[in-house]
Amino acid sequence: MAKHSISVTVNGASQGAQVESRLLLVHFLRENLRLTGTHIGCDTTHCGACTVLLDGVPVKSCTVLAVQADGRDVQTVEGLEKDGKLDPIQEGFYQEHGLQCGYCTPGMMMTGCALLKSNPDPSESEIRQAISGNLCRCTGYVNIVKAVQHAAAAARAR
Amino acid sequence: MASTPRTSPEVGGMGHSVKRKEDPRFLRGKGNYVDDIQLPGMLHMDIVRSPYAHARIVKIDPSHALKIPGVLAVITGETLAQYKLHWMPTLMSDTQMVLPTEKVMYQAQEVAAVIATDRYAAADGVEAVEVEYDPLPVVVDPFKALEPGAPVLRTDKPNKKDNRIFHWEVGDRKGTESALAGSDVVVEQKIYLPRIHVASIETCGIVADFDRIRGKLTVYMTTQAPHAIRTVIALVAGHVGLSEEKIRVISPDIGGGFGGKVPVYPGYVIAVAASVVIGKPVKWVEDRMENLQADSFARDYHITARMGAKKDGTMTGLEIKTIADHGYADAAANPSKFPAGLFSICTGSYKMPKAFAEVDGVYTNKPPGGIAYRCSFRVTEAVHAIERMTDVLAQELKMDPADLRLKNFIPADEFPYKSALGWEYDSGNYAGALKKAMDLIGYAALRKEQAEKRKKGELMGIGISSFTEIVGAGPSKHFDILGIKMFDSCELRVHPTGKATARFGTKSQGQGHETTYAQIIAEELGIPAAHVEVEEGDTDTAPYGLGTYASRSTPTAGAAGAIAARKVRDKAKKIAAYLLEVAEDDLVWEPGKFSVKGAPQKSKTIQDIAFAAYTNHPQGMEAGLEAVDYYDPPNLTFPFGSYICVVDIDRGTGEVKIRRFVAVDDCGNIINPMIVDGQIHGGLTMGMAPALLEEISYDENGNVQGGSFMDYLLPTAMETPRWETDKTVTPSPHHPFGAKGVGESATVGAPPAIANAVVDALSHLGVKHIDIPITPEKVWKILKEKGVAE
Repeated sequence: MAKHSISVTVNGASQGAQVESRLLLVHFLRENLRLTGTHIGCDTTHCGACTVLLDGVPVKSCTVLAVQADGRDVQTVEGLEKDGKLDPIQEGFYQEHGLQCGYCTPGMMMTGCALLKSNPDPSESEIRQAISGNLCRCTGYVNIVKAVQHAAAAARAR
Repeated sequence: MASTPRTSPEVGGMGHSVKRKEDPRFLRGKGNYVDDIQLPGMLHMDIVRSPYAHARIVKIDPSHALKIPGVLAVITGETLAQYKLHWMPTLMSDTQMVLPTEKVMYQAQEVAAVIATDRYAAADGVEAVEVEYDPLPVVVDPFKALEPGAPVLRTDKPNKKDNRIFHWEVGDRKGTESALAGSDVVVEQKIYLPRIHVASIETCGIVADFDRIRGKLTVYMTTQAPHAIRTVIALVAGHVGLSEEKIRVISPDIGGGFGGKVPVYPGYVIAVAASVVIGKPVKWVEDRMENLQADSFARDYHITARMGAKKDGTMTGLEIKTIADHGYADAAANPSKFPAGLFSICTGSYKMPKAFAEVDGVYTNKPPGGIAYRCSFRVTEAVHAIERMTDVLAQELKMDPADLRLKNFIPADEFPYKSALGWEYDSGNYAGALKKAMDLIGYAALRKEQAEKRKKGELMGIGISSFTEIVGAGPSKHFDILGIKMFDSCELRVHPTGKATARFGTKSQGQGHETTYAQIIAEELGIPAAHVEVEEGDTDTAPYGLGTYASRSTPTAGAAGAIAARKVRDKAKKIAAYLLEVAEDDLVWEPGKFSVKGAPQKSKTIQDIAFAAYTNHPQGMEAGLEAVDYYDPPNLTFPFGSYICVVDIDRGTGEVKIRRFVAVDDCGNIINPMIVDGQIHGGLTMGMAPALLEEISYDENGNVQGGSFMDYLLPTAMETPRWETDKTVTPSPHHPFGAKGVGESATVGAPPAIANAVVDALSHLGVKHIDIPITPEKVWKILKEKGVAE
């Protein structure tokens, strides 16, 4: 199968690769780059476990082709921590017990990050709306909402 | 113990909301789930599945698949039959196909497996395998399956003449009949609990790695019970040379289990077989549709219940008859003696003088199962039956459902209480929990509001569920899985510098064992929880245990942790007496140190003692500070609670909106309040899910409906209300630190609270029952029929 040459900036570093046109972005991240923090939960864009930021916008990387990310910027959970300091969203999830099995958590945090960039002080219903494309089977969302609120307050205080 | 912690926050024993030790890796994307494992030379497996629910396999042609670059092999039932691995036992001593040689029995059944160098090539191979089928008559309805003349499905069993799997009964049939006959009021209701699926966000998967030189099989697997799996592999594949000491099962981080990762699925076995034959690691990770369509389901209980009472509401008897649709094999995961699990908890929280229950298991052309959905062995079915029937009775008697419950609760001073169906409830204060929930939600005011709204034609309902759970199996004299007794274990090693490693026979899937187990050790020894490393899920290192499901970890392995710590403390006391040159009887313990009675300045900390255990222990004493405990509980634990739900119904759309939901839980003494709250939030959401959204059904041809997330609706943050939780604390009298299991209480308790609220909203229109899931469509049809739809 024909291969394409792509160059993607992932968590600030440029990554070049030869990929099949059908290779999914999530597999490019997980298998080519070994960034396994981005998880796969459904393959059909329903669960959001694979959410990453593509040019700052949350996308479900199970339904984006790697070639579509060519020349663009991708941020994954591995890029959240900066200089040994957790991102406010990570700190929020930790403090508010916003995770249990941890499987939906990376996608949930990336969605939360994108929300807080566009809306630094979201209401509960805005948070619920924003994460409605990310399924969690463990937490019942109560503490995830609190985690995003915690992160919002911390980011405003910074 | 739980309300005022005995230890400081720095030690972090019981009652502290210690932040989770597992979080730092998950927050950074550094968890290690099965699909994250990549081994050198690893191959990928994908599975060809049947489009038919019942069909004879005429021919499987792999030739086109084998021409695809990267495809190495196509495995069929015939391949496995050469090794006698094409059938396997289920956990219920039934049999199940690994791959078929003659016919398929449900839609999405495994037909063949493709092994390839990468997952894309494997998927291409699956598309290219050509299978010719000859369709057979399909049996979908379990009632029709039992009719004379129904096609017998299990033709592999030479003596099988019908589709009945088992008949099981418990209680006093005649006594219950006469109690009902002598009652002032008898209500009867059919209640169906549909097929649902746990749908953990991580699907199931395996990496099987057979080392031909060492003869050692290492299996990384999404399993809630790694030791049991090791033994099953040894028993099933011993004849092909797999020996238990050469099998290592590793259950790495697990992305949610809820019961769905207890059974052995064909894909696991095929991957193991492929690795053994090929000599390379083989990975198989199912996709979401395979997960929903082929893995074990829960429920599918068709219940007919009758309940009797005196005019004043005193309950007199309960009779429950159930048809259980198990699909084509009984692949439930119940203890051997309990084909219907712990369904006999169906007398619930009430003094029920007479009771009788019977369950008939039936084969149909559906995927096999009958596992739990975040509940202890069929307890949800039992609780739904009794809590719905209590409301049906209240409606018949025109009594407030809260009053009826308060009248019939087992009184707090009658524990331990022997139920009519044979259980000894350990402790409870049911009225305490219900009254607290009523106060929190403002029950009287809500009833007033409801009456006013009814006058205006608005539909508002209040539903109560006062459930009693039964969790924590053993005791081993009654409970086993495939003959393996249901104890659980802890091996505790205190190191010279006073830090500890504790290994357990269970396996967390998000419950936070690495934190809570460390807190148990901290409570018992005073070693800070931060200094206790908890390990689970590796059969080469952890002591044997039965795993995590049915809310059994704290009641069994948690207890083993406490007892192991007490054994360590007993030895520590001897060492302390030696170091302080006093008799053991002269020492007093407070968490973290022994001191001399009357001379508290003379003391030795657990860290001092640990160091001495390796450097300066008494002559004649073994060095070291370690203990192992295999804990066999004397009884189950019986957590309980009362939930109250308020719903508003949209007369235009039939949509049910949960306005408020108050949950008062009692799980005895609490290890970590933050984690317990989180467990209840999640459990409530998984209780709401089948109450309002989730169902997997089949059309008359056995085609699955609800086999993808397009049709099988998991609750999102939008539907899920802001749960309000509170607690009462009634310790278990027999558990070493008074705890009961809690992970599943809310899943068990929530569905009837919601169903009761919806029926309550419509009761003045003559509605007595609605089967779950209570979808807008169902409600709207009722509103239309009653002439109140907008």
